[in-house]
Amino acid sequence: MDPQSLKKLNAARAARQAIALVTDLGDGRDRVVHEGDGVAGDLGGALDRAFRTGKSGVVEVDGREFFINVHLPPPRLVVIGAVHISQAMAPMATLAGYDMEIIDPRTAFATPERFEGVRLDAEWPEAVLKQRPLDPYCALCAITHDPKIDDYPLKAALEAKCFYVGALGSRKTHAKRVERLLADGVPQKAIDTIASPIGLDIGASSPAEIAVAILAQVIEAFRKRQISPQMAVV
Amino acid sequence: MSEQFHDDPLKVAENWMGEGRTVAVATVVETWGSAPRPVGSHLVIDADSNFEGSVSGGCVEGAVIADAMDVIETGEPKMLEFGVADETAWRVGLSCGGRIRVYVERLG
Repeated sequence: MDPQSLKKLNAARAARQAIALVTDLGDGRDRVVHEGDGVAGDLGGALDRAFRTGKSGVVEVDGREFFINVHLPPPRLVVIGAVHISQAMAPMATLAGYDMEIIDPRTAFATPERFEGVRLDAEWPEAVLKQRPLDPYCALCAITHDPKIDDYPLKAALEAKCFYVGALGSRKTHAKRVERLLADGVPQKAIDTIASPIGLDIGASSPAEIAVAILAQVIEAFRKRQISPQMAVV
Repeated sequence: MSEQFHDDPLKVAENWMGEGRTVAVATVVETWGSAPRPVGSHLVIDADSNFEGSVSGGCVEGAVIADAMDVIETGEPKMLEFGVADETAWRVGLSCGGRIRVYVERLG
């Protein structure tokens, strides 16, 4: 393995960037490929698949055997709102392999007793997200219903190109939110990517059912995301 | 994540390299049947047989480390295969019944 490849690999992983090491098993040469680098041909297709699924493996291209070892950052699920829905989401998200955390400045809601085993910050999202910024491998769900709490993280998530941004609220509530975000300078195109009403349309009614609908939508967004140069973290 | 990164084999390999040690990297490139460690798992070894990580959860590490010594000396990568159907089954093999292919190469 090329020492430079190893250094690039470790630096990208520490910075939560998706990266792959491609090794030609015939001659042992390797190279590092970032997500969105746009490698041509069949090898490029195999790399796209590897980045989308997170699965490493051997591929044969033009009679040569390559090993693609792909490293994806563990997806982070940031939920704004220490509410009933997030209580139900926490164990489900953990089971599905997501690193879930909850942010809610209302200390009456954000108590460790209600959210055992999940990272919980009883602070304003602005303060938390400045310390631990969002990135394309984050999903953000804003579910407090309170614009004072929800609006900032929504804007931050769109700017960080999170793979999923969802906001709880009726169509009427969302229409008002869109007006506020537009007034705040968020482009319409970015606002259009917000999932609202939040969650897949499965007729969810109870908080636990809504949690299932949201988590399913997050998983769909992650597994079907477009691997394109825009996705690359520079 | 930072804790998990601490004893991460690739990070260890980079640290060892920084200390001037010669390092071999072993990687699971293919698995068949039930294999203890997924494709992409690493075991890193230095010239004194110090190692970090795993490619099988203990079943074949000894054999991989022995081959890594050759790789460190010659610089020629090796492809190793382990499984119960293998002729090496009596010595080393996977009791779980799986089969794995491990690529061993020298760093640098």
